[in-house]
Amino acid sequence: MTRQMTGAKIVVEALIEQGVDTVFGYPGGAVLPIYDEIFQQNHIRHILVRHEQGAVHAAEGYARATGKPGVVLVTSGPGATNAVTGLVDALMDSIPIVVLTGQVPTFMIGSDAFQEADTVGITRPCTKMNWLVKDTDHLSSTIHEAFHIATKGRPGPVLIDIPKDVQFATGTYVEKSRAKVDHYTPRVKGDTAVITALVEAMEQAERPIFYTGGGVINSGPAASMMLRELVETTNFPITSTLMGLGAYPASGEKWLGMLGMHGLYEANLAMHGCDLMINIGARFDDRITGRINAFSPNSLKAHVDIDPSSINKVIHADFPIIGDVSHVLEDMLRIWKSRGSKTNSAALKKWWRQIEEWRAVKCLSYKNSTKTIKPQFALERLEALTKGMDRYITTEVGQHQMWAAQYLGFEDPNRWMTSGGLGTMGYGTPASIGVQVAHRDALVINVAGEASWLMNMQEMGTAVQYRLPVKQFILNNERLGMVRQWQELLHGERYSHSWSEALPNFVKLAEAFGCKGIMCDNPDDLDEAIKEMLAYDGPVIFDCLVEKHENCFPMIPSGKAHNEMLLGEAETQGVIDAKGSVLV
Amino acid sequence: MSPLNIEKGSSSHSAYDLRSHMSDAIETHTLAVLVQNEAGVLARVIGLFSGRGYNIESLTVAEVDHAGHRSRITIVTSGTPQVINQIKMQLERMVPVHEVHDLTVEGAMVSRELALFKVKGKGEHRVEALRIAEIFRANVVDSTLESFVFEITGTPEKIDAFADLMRPLGLLEVARTGVAAIARGA
Repeated sequence: MTRQMTGAKIVVEALIEQGVDTVFGYPGGAVLPIYDEIFQQNHIRHILVRHEQGAVHAAEGYARATGKPGVVLVTSGPGATNAVTGLVDALMDSIPIVVLTGQVPTFMIGSDAFQEADTVGITRPCTKMNWLVKDTDHLSSTIHEAFHIATKGRPGPVLIDIPKDVQFATGTYVEKSRAKVDHYTPRVKGDTAVITALVEAMEQAERPIFYTGGGVINSGPAASMMLRELVETTNFPITSTLMGLGAYPASGEKWLGMLGMHGLYEANLAMHGCDLMINIGARFDDRITGRINAFSPNSLKAHVDIDPSSINKVIHADFPIIGDVSHVLEDMLRIWKSRGSKTNSAALKKWWRQIEEWRAVKCLSYKNSTKTIKPQFALERLEALTKGMDRYITTEVGQHQMWAAQYLGFEDPNRWMTSGGLGTMGYGTPASIGVQVAHRDALVINVAGEASWLMNMQEMGTAVQYRLPVKQFILNNERLGMVRQWQELLHGERYSHSWSEALPNFVKLAEAFGCKGIMCDNPDDLDEAIKEMLAYDGPVIFDCLVEKHENCFPMIPSGKAHNEMLLGEAETQGVIDAKGSVLV
Repeated sequence: MSPLNIEKGSSSHSAYDLRSHMSDAIETHTLAVLVQNEAGVLARVIGLFSGRGYNIESLTVAEVDHAGHRSRITIVTSGTPQVINQIKMQLERMVPVHEVHDLTVEGAMVSRELALFKVKGKGEHRVEALRIAEIFRANVVDSTLESFVFEITGTPEKIDAFADLMRPLGLLEVARTGVAAIARGA
C-alpha cells in the first residue's frame, strides 16, 4: 500500500523510520512546513540551537558519543551557509551527519530570491554527497539513501536541500526497505592474502608498533575490543592519533600515549625507530608524519583503511588492506590464532627496554608553580577528580586541546570529541551539548581555551534552555595560546593580534545566561573549585585563570622528523627553519 | 590549472607496472569515468580536480545510456604515478561514480577528437587549404566564396598538426570537442 503525504510529513516519517530521536536545528522561512510537522509529533525531539554552526557541531558530538548519525535541520540561505564549517569539520573527521536544509521554492530557484543560496553548489566539496530534491516523490528515498551513505563506508556528512514547494506538495512515501541504496556498497572485508602476509610480518617483527586512529572508533565498539585483544595477544606497543584516543585504554600497559606534533616522546620515537608499523584506521595526517621523507625511514608499513583513496595517498603502504577495521581485526585475530602465531619475543623484549628508556624521559613533566595555575596542572587535577566517572570530554582547538589529549586518560571509545582534521575553534561547546543530549546523566566537560570558547558561546543559551549540565572548563590564558606559541618560535616573538583583550567577566556571563560561574586563579583553591563545578546540577562556566605564556610540549617543529622533537623551553631557539616556516 | 611541462604521449604502454610509486616523472593518462547522469555530477568531478590541484588536459562528457542514466566522462590528465593513482581513487569513492577505467594502463585504446576549423582566404591560400584538408581527410561542412568550415576527426596530435598547417592559410576559429577514448578489442 502506498502512502501519500506532504513532503514535510515525509521528512518526519523518514527520520522516525531511520530511528532518529533528536534533531538539532533552527527554523526559518524555507523550513516552516517541516517545523509544523515537528510540532505535531512526539517521536523526535528538536533541540533549538542559537546558531546553525552550533547545530552541526552538536550533531557531531551526538554522533561521536552514540555511534548513530547526527541530524540537523536548518533553513535556506544563511541557515545553510552557517552550517558549512560544521560540514567540513565532519568531512575531515569522518563523522556521520545528515543535514536537511530548506530551499526557496523550485520555481524561484535561480532568481536571487530572499534567503536563496546555491546550497548544493556551496556544499558539494563539503559533503560526502548532497542532493537537491525537486520532486516530493523522491524525497523519502533520498533521505533513506542519505542515511545509508552517511553511515556506510568511511562515514561523513551528507546534505539534502528541500525546496519549500516540495515540502508542501503531496507525494508517495517509500519505506526504508524499498529505497535503492545498493549502488553504494563499500568493501568491508580486507584481502585475506595481505592480512596473512601482515600476520607473518608481525611474527618476525623486532620493533613493531600499532598506530591507530579514528577509524577504530568509527568501526564501532567491537573494533576497540578486538584491538585490545590483538594488543594483548601480541604484546606490541600501541600509539594513537588525536582522533583515536580511547580505542585502547590509556591505563593499558602497552599504551605509549598519543603521537604526532604534540605527541609523546616515546610514541614518536617508537614510530621513528620501528621496523613494522601497523596503521589501523589512521590516515598519515601531516600532524602525524612530520617531514614525509624522514618519516619512520626503516619500517615496513601496513595500512588498514576503509577508504581506498587513503592508502598510498601520503605514505606508501607495503601491506595495503582496504576494509572496515572490525572486519580486518577479526580476520587478523583469526589468522593469528589458526597459524598458532608467536611473536619474536627476544627482540620484543629489547624493543620494550628501549621504549622504557624513552618513557623514562617523562616528556610530560613540567615546572609547576605555587602561585599560578599551570594549564597542565589544571588538567591533571581535572583528571584526578573525575577519574572513574561516566565522563565525556569535548574540546575546542589549540594548546588546551593538546594538553587535554596529553593529560587526560581515555579508557573507552566514543568518550572524546575534538575537532582534529579541520581544527575548528568553537567546536567544543556545541559538541558538549550534543553529547549531553545523548547522555543526560553523564558528566560532559568541554575543555576550552577562552578564545575558542567565545566563538560559539551563544550555545550556553541552548544548554540552559534544555537543562543540559555541561561543564565549560576554560583554561583562560588571555592569549590565543597556540598562535602565540608559533609566533614565539617562528616570528621573532612578534605577538601579532594573539591576545584576548576585552574579555568578558565569565562569572557574570554565566549568571547572565542563567547558569553557574566559577573563577579560580590559585592552585591551592583549584581542587575545591573543580569539585564545586562537578557537584553543581546544571551548566557551569569555569574560568580557570592559568599561566599566560606556557608553551605546549613536546613538539615536533614544522618540517622536522619525529626524532627531532622538542621537549621544553630551553630547546626552542631558532628551531624552525625557513622551509619549515611555510608549513602550518 | 597548472601549466603542462611534459611531452605528449610520454606515458608508458608497458603491460607490466614497472613504475616506481615514488617516481617524480609526469605521465599523461586517459580515464574513462562512468557516472550516474544526475544534476551536478560533472561539477562534482571537476570540483575534485580543481579542489585537489589535479590537471585536466581534456574533458568530454555525454550521456551514453539514456535508459540506465549513465554518462561517460573522458578525462585526459597528467601527474606523477602517485597523483594519477590518487585521482583514480578519489574518483572511485565518489558516490555517483560507477566505474573508473585508466585506458592508458588497461591496454591498447583508441582515442579520437573532433574539431571544426574556420578558414578564411582567397586564391592560392584557398586551394592549398582544400588540398591539405583532403590529405587530412577533413570534410568541408560549410563553404562561402571566401571561407570554409572543415570538420576533422583524429588524435589530438593530428588535429594539432592540421591547425599548424591552417594557421598561415587564414585560420579564424577552432572548436574542439576534447578526447573521447575507448579500449581496443572486446
